[in-house]
Amino acid sequence: MPLLQVEHMTHFFGGLRAVHDYNLSIEQGQIRGLIGPNGAGKSTIFNLITGVYRPSEGKVTFRGESIVGLPSHEIAALGMGRTFQNLRLWRHMSVLDHVKMSQYSQIDYGLIGAFFGTKRRNQQEKENTEKALQLLDLVGIRHLADSMVTNLPYGVQRRVEMARALAINPKLLLLDEPTAGMNPDELMDLMQVIRQVHNTFGLSIFLIEHRMKFVMELCERIQTLVFGEVIAEGTPKEIQNNPKVIEAYLGKEVET
Amino acid sequence: MEATSSVPTKRNAFNAWLSKQWMPYRQVSLLGWLLGSLVAVLLETFIGTSLAWALGMSDVPALFGFVVMLKQPELLPSIILYLLLIYFIPIAIVVRLTKSIANKIAGLLFRYPLWITALFHIVLLYAVIDVWAVMNDYRVLLAKLMMIAIITTLSLNVVNGYMGEFSCSHPGFLAVGAYTASIIMVLFFVNDKVMGPALLPPALGPFFFPIVLILGGVVAAFSALIVAIPSFHTRGDYLAIISLAFMFIIKSLIENLQVFGGARGFMGQPNLASLPVVFVWTIIAIWTINNFVRSTLGKAMNAVRDDETAADAMTVNTRNTKMTAFLFAAFWAGIAGGLFAHVMRYVNPGSFGIKKLAEVLAMVYFGGLNSVVGSIVGAIGFNFLSEMLRPLEILKWVIIPVLLILVMIFRPTGLIAFKDFDPEELLRPKNQTEEEV
Ligand SMILES: Nc1ncnc2c1ncn2[C@@H]1O[C@H](COP(=O)(O)OP(=O)(O)OP(=O)(O)O)[C@@H](O)[C@H]1O
Ligand SMILES: [Mg+2]
Repeated sequence: MPLLQVEHMTHFFGGLRAVHDYNLSIEQGQIRGLIGPNGAGKSTIFNLITGVYRPSEGKVTFRGESIVGLPSHEIAALGMGRTFQNLRLWRHMSVLDHVKMSQYSQIDYGLIGAFFGTKRRNQQEKENTEKALQLLDLVGIRHLADSMVTNLPYGVQRRVEMARALAINPKLLLLDEPTAGMNPDELMDLMQVIRQVHNTFGLSIFLIEHRMKFVMELCERIQTLVFGEVIAEGTPKEIQNNPKVIEAYLGKEVET
Repeated sequence: MEATSSVPTKRNAFNAWLSKQWMPYRQVSLLGWLLGSLVAVLLETFIGTSLAWALGMSDVPALFGFVVMLKQPELLPSIILYLLLIYFIPIAIVVRLTKSIANKIAGLLFRYPLWITALFHIVLLYAVIDVWAVMNDYRVLLAKLMMIAIITTLSLNVVNGYMGEFSCSHPGFLAVGAYTASIIMVLFFVNDKVMGPALLPPALGPFFFPIVLILGGVVAAFSALIVAIPSFHTRGDYLAIISLAFMFIIKSLIENLQVFGGARGFMGQPNLASLPVVFVWTIIAIWTINNFVRSTLGKAMNAVRDDETAADAMTVNTRNTKMTAFLFAAFWAGIAGGLFAHVMRYVNPGSFGIKKLAEVLAMVYFGGLNSVVGSIVGAIGFNFLSEMLRPLEILKWVIIPVLLILVMIFRPTGLIAFKDFDPEELLRPKNQTEEEV
């Protein structure tokens, strides 16, 4: 049974058909890619899978459970972590608090614990802090734990998003253009980090990317989306040589 | 050129001098300050009245001179002298003399669980307030009202600050708490002309009072559902308008309930909201609210405020978070209302209208959003200001909004905003940290 299965998913924004008859099947431990020109509907697919929008048609199954219509936070708690194309950090919260927040669904001290500061609460907050620090270590920003996110450089903010998504204990990680706005050094670092979390947690990763080199190197299989429809699917090599893809990108892949 | 350069130097020199004078006081622990204050208020108890007479005042300045500042400005020099002799100089001396011993005691206490240290400080704080307040009735009343204002402000800050929504319903919750507690207390524990003889022995009143207050809080929280369910059902900014409507509905509801006095008000509440009672409730409110906002469950409010989509994607149940925060805030507003009714021993719907709303909002935004300390400072500061401006009568309601607008312009989030209140930091002895540096 695949970890995530999407069947015949279609979505309309008013009259605009943003996604049409989309299918996807991700196995445990795979790294998969989604490419396509601007406005193709890539982010919309992420938003449909994670429950931000409800698909107009189609089935989405995650870990054997139908998740269409579930609220975002329940889908996330099932083990689906994500990052956002345009960073969505909480501007008044510290880096550490970001990563602790994603452990929300694992908290069991309840409101009594929150109001009266019970032993259970103190203990669990301590454990969560510990775990958050480990994740910050993993993405290499533990020393910034107490900083406010707004003061941090872009590349670091992307890492905060990554650590925050990992704190969910995800089985599947959705990364929406994780390299956007990064310089080549940061890019190599990020590739390292992604490989490392993939190996450490054995999780599946589904990523949207514009930088061909990055996708080609990381992903086992790649889908190409144009105007909401998948025009090609295959291994990096197959995709690179697919005439339809080359046409869609108007020779853009040459610059890789 | 010379003139412009010499001014900053002078100011720098003054600043340097000031910070040098302040230096020794930075090592004073909270315990030291409390001891100093206790000595000052004791001093006032014994010689305050005679000193005030000697300085040509009819009585001790009730509120550090704030009340008479505008009424009798000619007394200002005497007041300043009085404050120096009774408060500033004695506190400065005691604080410096006891610096090391107070730090030692604080350090010793610090080895025990935090609540023991906290309790010790709280008792001392109460002693200071009590000795200060019993000098006259005005002080007692004002101290109680200020503490109630602290509870109200803190609870509204949970919604308007920590959660970043704009709620106007707090006067309504205060009213619900006030009337619920009043009616139950009078019905059960008071032989009342209107409500009939007490259903239970009035002697039991003090024991049931906390339970009745909590009941008032719970009813207020239930009434909050009327606002919360439609407002938080979907995303969008309906809360401001729905909560405003709620406030007016509650007010006119009470005005039309003739059984409970209608617009004339409701009186006869037993005299149970003494200074220590109000104090204890205030401490509990500060403690639970601070606990909540510092827990991950409470910080979820900040996540929802700063980016709801992201919060949702990170497993935060955003609707639960909003509901919990709103009902929790309403609960504490209900408690504050119950206390208020029993301090005044009279309530009328007029006290829970738009003026009350302006007051509470002013305290929250003046003190600082998303900050427990801010709300405490806001509530106390606003009440001082309000007492000071009282002689100006209606002009007061021009000056306060203007001040509020100025704060909004120059410090849009308030005086002490977005600050974590860590009691451990507050109670810590101050010497080690200085030496380590
Ligand atoms: N909430 C929305 N309401 C209406 N239209 C939307 C909405 N979100 C996206 N769209 C439209 O859907 C189409 C696909 O958008 P989407 O953001 O999924 O593209 P994308 O492939 O992620 O592009 P990019 O590479 O620029 O991120 C676009 O035409 C966009 O304008
Ligand atoms: Mg996109």
